Amino acid sequence: MLRLRNIDAFYGKIQALHDVSMDVEHGEIITLIGANGAGKTTTLMCICGIVPPQSGEIYFMEKSIRNMNPHEIVSLGICQVPEGRRIFPFLTVTENLDMGAFLRSDTAEIKKDMDYIYSLFPILAERRHQSGGTLSGGEQQMLAISRAIMSRPRMLLMDEPSLGLAPLFVKQIFHIIRQINEENQTPIFLVEQNANMALKVAHRGYVMENGRIRLADTAANLLENEEIKKAYLGL
Amino acid sequence: MGYFLDLFLSGLTRGSIYALIALGYTMVYGIIQLINFAHGEIYMIGAFTALIVAGVLTIYGWNQMAIIFIASIVALLYSMGYGYTIEKIAYKPLRHAPRLSALISAIGMSLFLQNYVLLAQTSDFMLFPSLIPDFKFLTSFSHIARPSEFVIIISTAIVMVLLTFFIKFTKTGKAMRATAQDRQMAMLVGIDVNRVISITFIIGSATAALGGVLIASHIGQINFYMGFIAGIKAFVAAVLGGIGSMPGAVLGSLVLGWTESFFTGYVSSDYEDVFAFIFLVLILIFRPSGILGRSDTQKV
Repeated sequence: MLRLRNIDAFYGKIQALHDVSMDVEHGEIITLIGANGAGKTTTLMCICGIVPPQSGEIYFMEKSIRNMNPHEIVSLGICQVPEGRRIFPFLTVTENLDMGAFLRSDTAEIKKDMDYIYSLFPILAERRHQSGGTLSGGEQQMLAISRAIMSRPRMLLMDEPSLGLAPLFVKQIFHIIRQINEENQTPIFLVEQNANMALKVAHRGYVMENGRIRLADTAANLLENEEIKKAYLGL
Repeated sequence: MGYFLDLFLSGLTRGSIYALIALGYTMVYGIIQLINFAHGEIYMIGAFTALIVAGVLTIYGWNQMAIIFIASIVALLYSMGYGYTIEKIAYKPLRHAPRLSALISAIGMSLFLQNYVLLAQTSDFMLFPSLIPDFKFLTSFSHIARPSEFVIIISTAIVMVLLTFFIKFTKTGKAMRATAQDRQMAMLVGIDVNRVISITFIIGSATAALGGVLIASHIGQINFYMGFIAGIKAFVAAVLGGIGSMPGAVLGSLVLGWTESFFTGYVSSDYEDVFAFIFLVLILIFRPSGILGRSDTQKV
């Protein structure tokens, strides 16, 4: 469904990605793990058109999206929950959700989705008129994921959804990720530092080092891989 | 008491005009963190456009209401075109350049437009017809203020209400706020950020041009330089209120208008600008982020 082919990307003169190729198929959860600064976030930003790749190709549903603007890519159904949640701090919870549905115009369905989200996360319903910046970290993460759901994505990209959250919230977030994937067969591209959790929820995984893909395998195999155990799982 | 009321209303009139200009400064700053120094020139171009259109229509013998209506509409549309174009040629190519580059580009644009109007028109003051009619229902208040003052205050109030409604409740308004708060995230939810920036420039230009037409009609003369001082004052007002905040821009403008008006009325008219800027310095010493501005720590 999503194919990256030989992507090179730069920040100024510094090359952040070297010859990156990846695939995400319909219905699967894949995870990209790696250390800080390995190029994980850059990979997502390349897909979304925020950091345009210097060379290589990106296909979504057999169509090249490499030279598209970010809003055009979003309109194809690729939605990102970026690192740090990036809630609009001075918009209310409801307005944040409205923004998730920015490209939709089916008012009745939007309303339905919003009600669904409020039933899924009663705490958000309670705070619907509060500005997003006043929510706790965990609530903001729920809102960020909900905002993404509001776009009815064909594919979800998530960057460090567990970062900075209490262990209980982390569990809940991974549970939600699995749920989204199972309910609509929505493919999920999960970037994580919490490699243990990520590999448990994912079907396949990629390991990135210094802007290069070092390993690609099924999540189960990666969990058993001695090198991975040592470097990323802390075992 | 009568004198006080006079000063109050003339301060409110001044403040209204500043507010119409300051809104453009603060909206543009909110979205792309740029002080658009060419903004005062839009106000000036609005006045000149209205003068030309009004002149032509007067020759054809149109009635006054039709003239003010058409002249204002044309001035607004023309200025919106200018605002849109300025952004596209002077700022958009510098979107990823250091902020200082865009600022210098803005100053250059400002000088260019001033000199363009200077050459195309004249360096002399030009008489501007008092387009605003002496409405009958306002003449009964003429012992307090001139009808044109009321028209300025009321039009500004209407613009504020419409703009507030637009920003708060429409989809485009929400997209503008979202873009101001986190531009990259706005892109990631599918907002066409370039379009939002264009709309911001267009709206800001329209309100500035309206201010230009109103003040020209009120004072009765214009020249190519009028946008510079008014622009600087409105910029001061925007900073005073807290740059980036729209209610702040309005409040800052009113405060500045009243300060100027009362100081010139009770102290001395020779030092009008001095008082305005002393006031700015004082506010910035005690509240660097402006009256309603958010401090940076709150913003993140």
